[in-house]
Amino acid sequence: MNVVEATGLGKRYGRTWALHDCSLAIPAGHVTALVGPNGAGKTTLLNLAVGLTMPSTGVVTVLGGRPAGSSAALNGIAFVAQDMPLYKNLSVADMLHLTRNLNLRFDQAYGETRFAELGIPLKRKAGRLSGGQQAQLALTLALARRPRLLVLDEPVAMLDPVARHDFMATVLSAATEDGISVLLSSHVLTELERVADYLVLLSDGQVQVAGAVDDLLASHRMLTGPAAEAEKCSQRVVVHVRSAGAQARLLIRGTAHDSVPQGWESHPVGLEELALTYLREPAAAALPGPARSGQARELDRHKTEVTQ
Amino acid sequence: MNASTMSVLTEGHAAQRQVPWRRMAWVTWRQHRVALAGAATLLGGLAVYTLIAGFQMHHAYAVAAVCHPASSPTCGNLFLSVNQMNPVLAGGYVLLAVPALIGAFAGAPVLAREMETGTFRYAWTQGFGRWRWALAKLTTVAVVLAAAAEALSALFSWYYQPYFAARSPALAFTEMSPMNPGLFGPRGLTFAAWTLAAVTMGGLAGMLIRRIVPAIAATLAVYAGLAVATGMFLRQHYLAPLVTSRLNVPYTAWITTQWLAKDGTRSPAHGNQAIRLFQQLCPSSALGEPGSTGKMPLSPVQCFIQHGYTQWTAYQPATRFWPFQWIEVGWLLALSLLLIGSTVWLVQRRAS
Repeated sequence: MNVVEATGLGKRYGRTWALHDCSLAIPAGHVTALVGPNGAGKTTLLNLAVGLTMPSTGVVTVLGGRPAGSSAALNGIAFVAQDMPLYKNLSVADMLHLTRNLNLRFDQAYGETRFAELGIPLKRKAGRLSGGQQAQLALTLALARRPRLLVLDEPVAMLDPVARHDFMATVLSAATEDGISVLLSSHVLTELERVADYLVLLSDGQVQVAGAVDDLLASHRMLTGPAAEAEKCSQRVVVHVRSAGAQARLLIRGTAHDSVPQGWESHPVGLEELALTYLREPAAAALPGPARSGQARELDRHKTEVTQ
Repeated sequence: MNASTMSVLTEGHAAQRQVPWRRMAWVTWRQHRVALAGAATLLGGLAVYTLIAGFQMHHAYAVAAVCHPASSPTCGNLFLSVNQMNPVLAGGYVLLAVPALIGAFAGAPVLAREMETGTFRYAWTQGFGRWRWALAKLTTVAVVLAAAAEALSALFSWYYQPYFAARSPALAFTEMSPMNPGLFGPRGLTFAAWTLAAVTMGGLAGMLIRRIVPAIAATLAVYAGLAVATGMFLRQHYLAPLVTSRLNVPYTAWITTQWLAKDGTRSPAHGNQAIRLFQQLCPSSALGEPGSTGKMPLSPVQCFIQHGYTQWTAYQPATRFWPFQWIEVGWLLALSLLLIGSTVWLVQRRAS
């Protein structure tokens, strides 16, 4: 089952396309990181998936074909929007009661236990909690709905490192212990290596990379060698990172078993490095077979150069 | 069909279920209780004032009604004291502003606050569903406030009831029409209908403008415009007026227009022109001197009639109070439904 499936999805605001011809399938059971620079269309894609925004073109379904925004979809998805909107004048207990009233399924005991563990007083107004506590409140309310898909828009952007760590720990335990699929957007790459096992890279309103992290890491290598001989490896190059010196770094499609040209070294690539390298070259793409468009396939073969 | 597709199907079926409407009752109360309490304070304060004044008035009326003989100075004083109590709350005019205040301060923030603070992203992604959420909230707030307004309106009607029921002309409204804006709007059912319309206006303004303060201002402005336009131009056309050339039109009638005609053609003279015509036709009377035939100066109407003019009066009789009430309630209700419908449509359609 795909938790999110988009076909030809586009969203236009006035004359600009925030998201353009986006086809994507995110399978269930993953913590998916939606990564991209500011303005790449991350929030737009998430808003479309949770039904806050109507698409200009195309279709998006969730949880195995339910139309985004339908009550069937809303019953299975919990969404925490950017900046954690909460009713600031309501107490934590009121927010619990409110969310319970607005949903078919609600685990009151989970919510109360979590707040006790986190040391968040039930009588405190939401607006008087610290930033980290507000984030935890929003997350706990979302998880108490017992969703099958949890969608988080830039959840840690405003948090300090400790709060960020605690927040992600809650997300991870929900994913591993309760089997909830998670889709979270972020432009903070460092956190992702620890939590994400599926990556969607969005650039300029289009999907640039999509796939399981393990597959992506296993199918990419970073080659380093003399810049003058970079042509040797041109067949498999995805992104050419040209450094200032005589050394060149090439991100290629390939495995550890592939032969390496003489004078070159092959290294495994980390998630952050992979994401960062792709982000530097928006024209390069790595998409799974059925989902990728003809344009993307062509770009895939294209060798591209970037100056680091 | 294997076990996993079975479980998907049953869950799919469960997902079709919707959160019951009644759950919104607590949600609406908890989120809008301050606004509702504010409206209750305003209405309650006016109600207490009307009630106290009403008891005094009803008491004074009861005493005056049994006074005998009516022509005695004692009775005259009692009648006078009753009639002095007539203009409670500026003859009802104060109440005309109440629906506007309720619509602006309780109705406009319902959606504007969600849009301004971004909490709509929370509310619209809960299982309840966004259009149902908007419909439930807005309707509940509007109906509760309209019902509370109707309670005050009933009290206000009770206050004036002796004046309308009075058998003695000395105690009744002999010079006031029940169609008078201060006596038409706050009595009957129109007060509740105007409150309903004001709250739904506030709801739509909040959804369109998405900021609390401008939405409040817009609600006040639009409401005032509509209320004034209705009172000045629209209401008099609900039913075709009665037209008469008699001069003894009842005092309780609402005179909408008067004009002069001679030999079957309508004279353009009215206002200052009529005064000039009067000065032209009966110069001495216009100066306040005794007329040619009598000892007293002629009134303008007498002067015109003497010179072959007819004075026509178009009026709405007091008996049309309830038909007019139903017409006004009818279109206000239709307007309110249209406003709620548009707001819910906007909520469902709006991109975030």
